[in-house]
Amino acid sequence: MNAREIPSAIRNGETTAKEVLETHLKAIQNREEEIHAFNLVMEEEARNEAERIDALAAKGEDPGPLTGIPIAIKDNICTQGVPTTCSSKILDGWRPPYDATIIERLRDAGAVIVGKTNLDEFAMGASTENSAFGPTRNPLDTTRVPGGSSGGSAAAVAAGFAPLAIGSDTGGSIRQPAALCGVVGVKPTYGRVSRYGLVAFASSLDQIGPFAETVADAALLLEVISGHDPLDTTSIPEPPLDLSTALTQGVEGLRIGVIDELSGGAIEGISDDVLGCLEDAVQALTSAGAIVERTSVPSTVYGLSAYYVIAPAEASSNLARYDGVRFGPRVDAKTTSEMMVATRTAGFGDEVKRRIMLGTYALSAGYYDAYYGKSQKVRTLIMNDFANAYKKYDLLLSPTAPTTAFPLGDKTEDPLQMYLQDICTISSNLAGHPAMSVPFGKGTDGLPVGIQVLASAMDEHTMFRAGAVLEASNQGKS
Amino acid sequence: MTDDILDGWETVIGLEVHAELATNTKLFSSARNVFGGEPNTNIDPVSLGLPGSLPVLNKKAVELAIRVGLALNCRVQRSVFARKNYFYPDMPKAYQISQFDLPINEGGWLELPDGRQIGIERAHLEEDTGKSSHVGGGGRIHEADYSLVDYNRAGVPLIEIVGAPDLRSADDAREYVAELRSILVAIGASDGKMEEGSMRVDCNVSVRPQGNQEFGTRCEVKNINSLRSLGRAIEYEARRQVDIITSGQQVEQQTRHWDEADGRTHTLRSKEEAFDYRYFSEPDLVPLDPSPEWITEIQESQPPLPRQRRIDLAKASKTEPRDVALIVQKDLDEFALSAIEKGADASRVLVHLANNLADGVGHLTEDAFAALIHLETNGDLSATQAKTVLADLVDKGGDPAQVAADHGFEAMDTSELDALIESIINEHPDDWSAFVQGDAEERKKKSGFFVGQVMKMTKGQADGKVVNDILLHRAEN
Repeated sequence: MNAREIPSAIRNGETTAKEVLETHLKAIQNREEEIHAFNLVMEEEARNEAERIDALAAKGEDPGPLTGIPIAIKDNICTQGVPTTCSSKILDGWRPPYDATIIERLRDAGAVIVGKTNLDEFAMGASTENSAFGPTRNPLDTTRVPGGSSGGSAAAVAAGFAPLAIGSDTGGSIRQPAALCGVVGVKPTYGRVSRYGLVAFASSLDQIGPFAETVADAALLLEVISGHDPLDTTSIPEPPLDLSTALTQGVEGLRIGVIDELSGGAIEGISDDVLGCLEDAVQALTSAGAIVERTSVPSTVYGLSAYYVIAPAEASSNLARYDGVRFGPRVDAKTTSEMMVATRTAGFGDEVKRRIMLGTYALSAGYYDAYYGKSQKVRTLIMNDFANAYKKYDLLLSPTAPTTAFPLGDKTEDPLQMYLQDICTISSNLAGHPAMSVPFGKGTDGLPVGIQVLASAMDEHTMFRAGAVLEASNQGKS
Repeated sequence: MTDDILDGWETVIGLEVHAELATNTKLFSSARNVFGGEPNTNIDPVSLGLPGSLPVLNKKAVELAIRVGLALNCRVQRSVFARKNYFYPDMPKAYQISQFDLPINEGGWLELPDGRQIGIERAHLEEDTGKSSHVGGGGRIHEADYSLVDYNRAGVPLIEIVGAPDLRSADDAREYVAELRSILVAIGASDGKMEEGSMRVDCNVSVRPQGNQEFGTRCEVKNINSLRSLGRAIEYEARRQVDIITSGQQVEQQTRHWDEADGRTHTLRSKEEAFDYRYFSEPDLVPLDPSPEWITEIQESQPPLPRQRRIDLAKASKTEPRDVALIVQKDLDEFALSAIEKGADASRVLVHLANNLADGVGHLTEDAFAALIHLETNGDLSATQAKTVLADLVDKGGDPAQVAADHGFEAMDTSELDALIESIINEHPDDWSAFVQGDAEERKKKSGFFVGQVMKMTKGQADGKVVNDILLHRAEN
């Protein structure tokens, strides 16, 4: 049953929230040990919530648009009283005294939270191998990674542990694992979804978004979590999205540009089978009536470099609060500053430390202009290039990730290779634009490939039109 | 003070004043902004910097900041918040949200009561830190057995007012702070209580030979808790620096800590140890761009500022603004104006307010004050009697004539007084002839003697001015 079908089935009495939950808990029981999608499965809380929803439904009340749908939450989103670890030892055992805004919205919509999913520590990584609690495996091939950093959420949906999941995307952390696990993943416009309660990695880039098995389910979830939140100053003062008409509207007459630099042009390393799938996607959109042509967004080639200055710079500041003073484990030492050093040394993993050092350096007196200042200029350049492209095109298209899912351990020794996983996705974060990954075709290894649909700021609606067409075409093929 | 080490040297002072803004809630959250309270009770996820929490700007704090900017003749402009990064246990996020290259207020001035204008470089918004108490080890973090942190103050809105290095003495500095405090209180931006830490002063001090144009190397002195310690710290620091230079060494740029108990400043950190704050724009907040309409609205609702109030009172009392500075500082100018309006003699009003009502007016009403001064200027009460009655009115209130009667104060008849004076003259013929024949100085001295005698005999009931008149009249006839 798709997520979208669950609420009406419960309202009609065809099933109950409890029954839906038990099916998914059973799936978790069967494969979680092998996959490790979760840091925490909230069996008891979920059962209580399902009962509450069933009681409401029995009284004829509507528990909301997500009635009884099990959902998995990335473990960098605060849940009141429930451990929120960011897959880091430094937050081990910390229970937030409050819910993130989106958690409140999900509960109000009748969703049933089944657990907190694994991630690369503090969302820094592209394989979910940088987790202090061990890696997540790709349900489609457990010798491979699910992508990252929201690998646990992507795997949870792909493994049937939950039809919906929440992730966060700072440089591709929803879209790339969605591509590698063969599910739909959406990074909305920056500010579309409240960040209140999302543990910050890089505040100007972070955005919460949905994972789902289908484009329609992703739309349903995005509608619920979107909309202005007074607790997040950067949230857009707009009502929640309504994407219902987008799913059936088609792409007739839409102008779509394929980003040349990411499609065999300037940037190397995009594999041939992925490029082949992209060609097929172009065909599919063209036959559906879109006008598709190649176009150039020249500054995308600098996106990765700018990102690896800006994101670590913000991270170095955002992660400074983990000092052992107010929360999380503390390593005792003679003086306060020694305690802070000892706590941070023991608490953070290598990748997090690497980025804190990078970011601290980039912001230091005497280096700021050369690194942080220059990167902000590149960011403006990228925004301008996108703005120019959107004068001509309604949407842009590219692969989501350079390859299909790669084996565990393949890139852990070479951070730069790992960083290149986000080469196609990073520019949307720098520009603040929405983008989504839709499964389309398979690689030579039989693993799924994701196609990325990019839209201009605030235009999720047109993006979902193309997403729905690609999905229909992909299903038609298989 | 002819052998003072500071002779031939000029002290250059620039002050950085932090004032807590009088809002109900904190700068970035709805936790309460109140002084005192059990430790860690006025807190929330934002003031603790809990993971996932985000700042939301307090509009009232912005309004008060704009008020301060306008009162200090600054340009109010589009501004950007920035993170100032450093580790300290009472700093919840390990960064302070402040303003760096684009402050809300820039480029103004403050006028001292004597008319000198002191430059204001900027006045920006930022959040306060929590408070650490270090237990054991003499209260210093490095030797402490353990430390306690109270986050009630964390996130309280501050305005940091950075003054230009235009001040030249400890007195200047005290006057500047007193004037700034009056302004902040007048516009309702802050309660200005230095003793509760709601107003804190750091001062930059350097010295240079008188006549030199270049600035000397400056030191920043922290931990100043009162106007008195501000003056002491500046004087100590200036002497220390002159001492270093005259002994052939160079002043090192440092941050120094004022120790109230031993009256010295001590090295806190040198320039090399200065923090690199790694400022960058706060990504969790959008730029702050107050509309011109809002700024105008705030400007139009500004109450009269101390400078204008001094001018108004000086005009009403036919004196100079600087002469009424203290009365305005004590917020007694409206009281004074009202008494003058009711016909009370302006000079007596000012004298009483400055000398006898320094601790406030208590139960004294404007009507009673004016009536009392009438009694005094009519000659019904002597100055000394008036002072006694005034003290009672402040204490308990009441009708001045009744209070005077209760004390048994009655105006002395002039002929009674004349007779008394005559008998005193007869008892002291040498003093009298010295008075009659003496020059102005001698006459003044002797008049003091006779007035004193009269006061002694009348237990202070006589009016000194009337006695003087009688003496002069007798000497010249």
